[in-house]
Amino acid sequence: MQAAPDALFKSLADPTRRALFERLSREGSQTVRMLTEHSGVSQPAVSKHLGILREAGLVDARPAGRETHYSARPRALVPLLDWLQFYSRFWHGKLDQLEDLLKRMDQ
Amino acid sequence: MSAESLSVVVEREFPYAPEKIWRALTQPHLIGAWLMKNDFLPEVGHAFHFRADWGGVECQVVTVEPHKTLAYSWGGFGLKSTVIWTLTPTGSGTHLRMEHTGFSPDQPHFYQGAQAGWPRFISSLENVLERID
Repeated sequence: MQAAPDALFKSLADPTRRALFERLSREGSQTVRMLTEHSGVSQPAVSKHLGILREAGLVDARPAGRETHYSARPRALVPLLDWLQFYSRFWHGKLDQLEDLLKRMDQ
Repeated sequence: MSAESLSVVVEREFPYAPEKIWRALTQPHLIGAWLMKNDFLPEVGHAFHFRADWGGVECQVVTVEPHKTLAYSWGGFGLKSTVIWTLTPTGSGTHLRMEHTGFSPDQPHFYQGAQAGWPRFISSLENVLERID
């Protein structure tokens, strides 16, 4: 599932969702109940946020018995990496040209 | 890298004095020779554009410390951000540092639409990104 970048950015614009995603990235797979503890947010709210993260491709849901285990999908961040790599390439190329110019300039 | 946003940083060592590099960073015809066509002036508050065949970038000068630091805002490619140039003399020339950084989260009026979450999100996801292949 590869969500559009817009969905990715919008889903991570919310601090609660960002915190959920970071926690799943850091601590591995968890249930809604585990995620609700210490989150300061109600269980239905956590479920709703997880649904949005799932639609953006950032979170996987795996049913296990009566509960569902959620885990982070960091690969979904590839559009963000592309964006940073675009700028990195852009500036490296421009600084190569600056170097060429400096060689041609008088002291 | 600032605590508030993610940056792209490129650094180079040059066998030239800071004064020479400063000229290449601040004289419009020289900037045009390596970066993009522009109407830059080294005056704080000066609004200018970079022009390229794919479009342009809207900028405003933020910091001018001759031969040391130059910073301007950078609005383009779907990004509201800042470019900061720092020149440090070394024994044999100059260390040049370019940092292209997003705006800090306490400036929400700079954000629009789907870009709204970018700077905050990338600051907090730094550690996650480092773990991706």
